Amino acid sequence: MAKTLYDKLWDDHLVAENPDGSALIYIDRQLLHEVTSPQAFEGLKIAGRKPRRLEANLATPDHNVPTTNKERQAGISGIEDPISLIQVKTLDENCDEFGVTQFDIDDIRQGIVHVIGPEQGYTLPGLTMVCGDSHTATHGAFGAMAFGVGTSEVEHVLATQCLRQKKMKNMLVKVDGKLGYGVTAKDVVLAVIGEIGTAGGNGHAIEFAGTAIEGLSMEGRMTICNMAIEAGARVGLVAVDDKTIEYVKGRPFAPQNDHWDMAVKAWNDLHSDEGAHFDTVVELKAEDIAPQVTWGTSPEMVKPVTGTIPNPANEDNPVKKEGIERALEYMNLKADSAISSIPVDKVFIGSCTNSRIEDMREAAEVAKGRKVAASVKQAMVVPGSGLVKEQAEAEGLDKIFVEAGFEWREPGCSMCLAMNADRLEPGEHCASTSNRNFEGRQGQGGRTHLVSPAMAAAAAVYGHFMDVRDIEISRLSTTENGGAE
Amino acid sequence: MDAFTQHKGLVVPLDRANVDTDAIIPKQFLKSIKRSGFGPNLFDEWRYMDHGEPGMDNSKRPINEEFVLNFPRYQGASVLLARENFGCGSSREHAPWALEDYGFKAVIAPSYADIFFNNCFKNGILPIVLDNNIMDVLFEEAESTEGYQLDIDLDSQTITRPNGETIKFDVEPDRKHCLYNGLDDIGITLQQEQSITDYEEARKQRAPWLFS
Repeated sequence: MAKTLYDKLWDDHLVAENPDGSALIYIDRQLLHEVTSPQAFEGLKIAGRKPRRLEANLATPDHNVPTTNKERQAGISGIEDPISLIQVKTLDENCDEFGVTQFDIDDIRQGIVHVIGPEQGYTLPGLTMVCGDSHTATHGAFGAMAFGVGTSEVEHVLATQCLRQKKMKNMLVKVDGKLGYGVTAKDVVLAVIGEIGTAGGNGHAIEFAGTAIEGLSMEGRMTICNMAIEAGARVGLVAVDDKTIEYVKGRPFAPQNDHWDMAVKAWNDLHSDEGAHFDTVVELKAEDIAPQVTWGTSPEMVKPVTGTIPNPANEDNPVKKEGIERALEYMNLKADSAISSIPVDKVFIGSCTNSRIEDMREAAEVAKGRKVAASVKQAMVVPGSGLVKEQAEAEGLDKIFVEAGFEWREPGCSMCLAMNADRLEPGEHCASTSNRNFEGRQGQGGRTHLVSPAMAAAAAVYGHFMDVRDIEISRLSTTENGGAE
Repeated sequence: MDAFTQHKGLVVPLDRANVDTDAIIPKQFLKSIKRSGFGPNLFDEWRYMDHGEPGMDNSKRPINEEFVLNFPRYQGASVLLARENFGCGSSREHAPWALEDYGFKAVIAPSYADIFFNNCFKNGILPIVLDNNIMDVLFEEAESTEGYQLDIDLDSQTITRPNGETIKFDVEPDRKHCLYNGLDDIGITLQQEQSITDYEEARKQRAPWLFS
């Protein structure tokens, strides 16, 4: 029978099927960070349990590490917030006590879990991967079944290397065609969420396919899978192709020598079979997608940059109508006004959605030779890992940003969720490359607009949203085959 | 984990869709390394007029009297009525921890985000799914009747309204079994230790690069 990619991954990890309809699924690898692991380690200690397979776990602090150079130079003792300090220290202590490999705050390989997994080749095609973080869907870009779990399940995986799960439904999101100049992976996924809604993928694993997805780099595919959860799907997937294999090759945790050949052979089957059944199919044309900007307090509240803010009077569903009214009030926006008229107070380029080297280049291309507008209070660029930062500096991107008036920071989750000191003040509008525009997400009373790195950089320069297709982009020597096009 | 068998309690209606886990428990409280103590900061940004931080004396903070959880008539509520896609967003289990610590035993909504739904069962909270038309009735009754209580019985999978009418709800058998008996999930999985070891041996043959 023809199988979807998700079916194949599920079947390949089935340990046992139980009479009650649940299944025991094997988890190949887990990523750990400081926020959702302490109670899991505590649970192990209380029950007198040990991790089943130490090598199947990799840890790094990311959510509440500071990103200013000054704080980071002092390592862990540089963390000024005493409660954050305890949490990062607790991760250190737990990793030491249990023997879990950790890239600690001083390690060049430290970074956002969903950036370092792929970067290290720890994320591989065909795996099941979990992390106590909903954006674990990111790793599905490699044809891996990756999903976010709660802390109880972090502990469950540590102790048993398994999870009790029910199989999800299959959804296919097909984007065919060629993305226009200035339109990026971020715009594609925002357009998809706008189409199906934040609950559209609930109960489903989404496979992203079509010629536009095939045309994306691995970074772009990660951006798309990362936000599957914003469409309600725990799992996002892209089939394995030559780009996937090329990306993984030679990375520190990737298979070597004979194992490499054996692995590549196995990975070549990681795609949906011809004629495989999907419960839901959604199709978009790449040519129809313009640069996107969210205007409200849910990722589904999104419009093309050329659009206008919706009017609740045009909405018939009373719950949705009230949602729009509430969002407009929170965001302090007027119905029917132009998206491009929204002024921007702060700009954040970073997060597990958009902090990889390609994202840095995409933003730098726009920032090059320009200046952050005087009305913008702060524009910051936060690379996703120490290695992304190093690479970007080797390419001179940091200089482009600093000359333009951006702050160049140390790696971490930063203002995506504002657990550290990087946050919005009440009422501030932020052009952000992150993934969630919920009320208070980037700081109490803060107003988030989700955009691509190129669009965020353009907003920084103009002080309001600007269609990146209308401005000249400086090609960098490293982006001849990629970038914002 | 506490077992959930039967619960009768005061109902509070939270009439908005897509309530996310950042709203249920804001990020600054996630810095705790404990599982308990999140109740006073449940819905923190909606419940209080000031900005909350860990370590504050919450009893001294100005409360938002317009937020439904603060209405005098809903004090002591243990059943939460909610709308579509409740608990969307982050995977933080701190969200059910906060609901549980506040005193909620059950949530009733037309739909939930998958991770949140799953996390509830791990913490003795029963998330019930009902059709929108029944939800509308419950919202209306809870808002119009002071002291409105629902009686939830997991064994028979029924909710009894004050007028004696019952509503049936679905729950997956394995989740029901664990919640009803307050079972430790890990303990159950470890009973299948032999199957896990057998699987690992086979996987080692097929994908040796994952074991070197």
